[in-house]
Amino acid sequence: MNGIHDMGGMQDMGPIQREENEPVFHQPWEGRVFAMNRAIGAWRKWNIDAGRYGIELLPPADYLRMSYYEKWLTRNLELLVKSGLVTREEMETGEPAPGSQKATPPLNAAAASAVAGLRGNFMRPEAEAKARFDLGQQVRARNMNPVGHTRLPRYARGKKGSVVRRHGIFVFPDTNAHFLGEQPQHLYSVRFTARELWGEDASPRDSVYIDMWESYLDHA
Amino acid sequence: MPAHDHDHHHDHQVVPSDPALRTKALESLLVEKGLVDRAALDTLVDAYENKIGPRNGARVVARAWVDPAYKERLLNNASVAIAELGYGGAQGEHMVVLENSPSVHNLVVCTLCSCYPWPILGLPPVWYRSAPYRSRSVIDPRGVLREFGLDLPQDVEVRVSDSTAEVRYLVLPERPAGTEKMTEEELAALITRDAMIGVAKVPPPPGVRV
Repeated sequence: MNGIHDMGGMQDMGPIQREENEPVFHQPWEGRVFAMNRAIGAWRKWNIDAGRYGIELLPPADYLRMSYYEKWLTRNLELLVKSGLVTREEMETGEPAPGSQKATPPLNAAAASAVAGLRGNFMRPEAEAKARFDLGQQVRARNMNPVGHTRLPRYARGKKGSVVRRHGIFVFPDTNAHFLGEQPQHLYSVRFTARELWGEDASPRDSVYIDMWESYLDHA
Repeated sequence: MPAHDHDHHHDHQVVPSDPALRTKALESLLVEKGLVDRAALDTLVDAYENKIGPRNGARVVARAWVDPAYKERLLNNASVAIAELGYGGAQGEHMVVLENSPSVHNLVVCTLCSCYPWPILGLPPVWYRSAPYRSRSVIDPRGVLREFGLDLPQDVEVRVSDSTAEVRYLVLPERPAGTEKMTEEELAALITRDAMIGVAKVPPPPGVRV
């Protein structure tokens, strides 16, 4: 989706605001939102790509206005209802539906403390797909404008680059976000010169490296 | 350096903001339904507030500076080399380390959201997730670096890595002059989060002029 989240290359967002000695969470509720996100994720009712798409679905004005964890909170309220973990009525009353059975959380404190045990699982080496592109090969990012989730940023579409690294076989977000299957495929690091992306005024030395799934690329 | 302004107004209210109340209500409901364990939430908050942060990354970088064999492993298979020091987990499953040199400067951004190597840098600062950084890093990296106080000569090549997939990037900054006699631990104390994102260089130790 050509949404506000895809902001690479915009120039009117103002100066970068830094904060000295910034706390991890600015208020306790932010930490609770962060932790709840991880804990409800353990139900595996959605995946990381569906989660990102949930943020992208926020109206653009809300996306820019809301703080980071407010976006997470709003997204999670939606996903909890959509997935059926919580009903709309329960969300409104704040109480479990009468007669509903209490569940057992999949993530307990012991599991939460073993953070390494909470690794995501995004690679599919067993898929053994043959790589279409070799290192050093010239490629062109497809000019595509899907209305669903994609990780191909607008600023790279239609641009020519070269393959500089092969990362292996990964789950494809464009389908996974919509529960349409993982479609595992090779992921490449593609180098685009700054001049290819931004024109002749850009530095002749500089470049941008973008991780791209095979479905985003054609031979150039 | 610009002081923190009051743009993040909902982050600094004294009375509970609306998201604070909604968060509290949601947590109660999820706990009552048995969907989350409150103790697990406490554990997660504590882990990211107190255990997982840029000091981890600093230890990785310091080790690479003093141990050439480790540095080679780090550049060839970062996830495995980082795990040697005991770090790994969510948002650090597939690590790649980018080496800075006098002629190449790497900078990491996530233009589409906020991807960041949690196990070694912790959760990202607000500016990293903000629209100004995400939008301009790819089109004007030198301007962004100047905002951070780093004015790179034209003959230095700037490489921006946009984290669009589940690969996470750590910049291996240059070891500053005047640190030849420092121990690994002393070096680690010198290494900043910003240098490992690539928006700064590691400053020389106090008293050393460059």
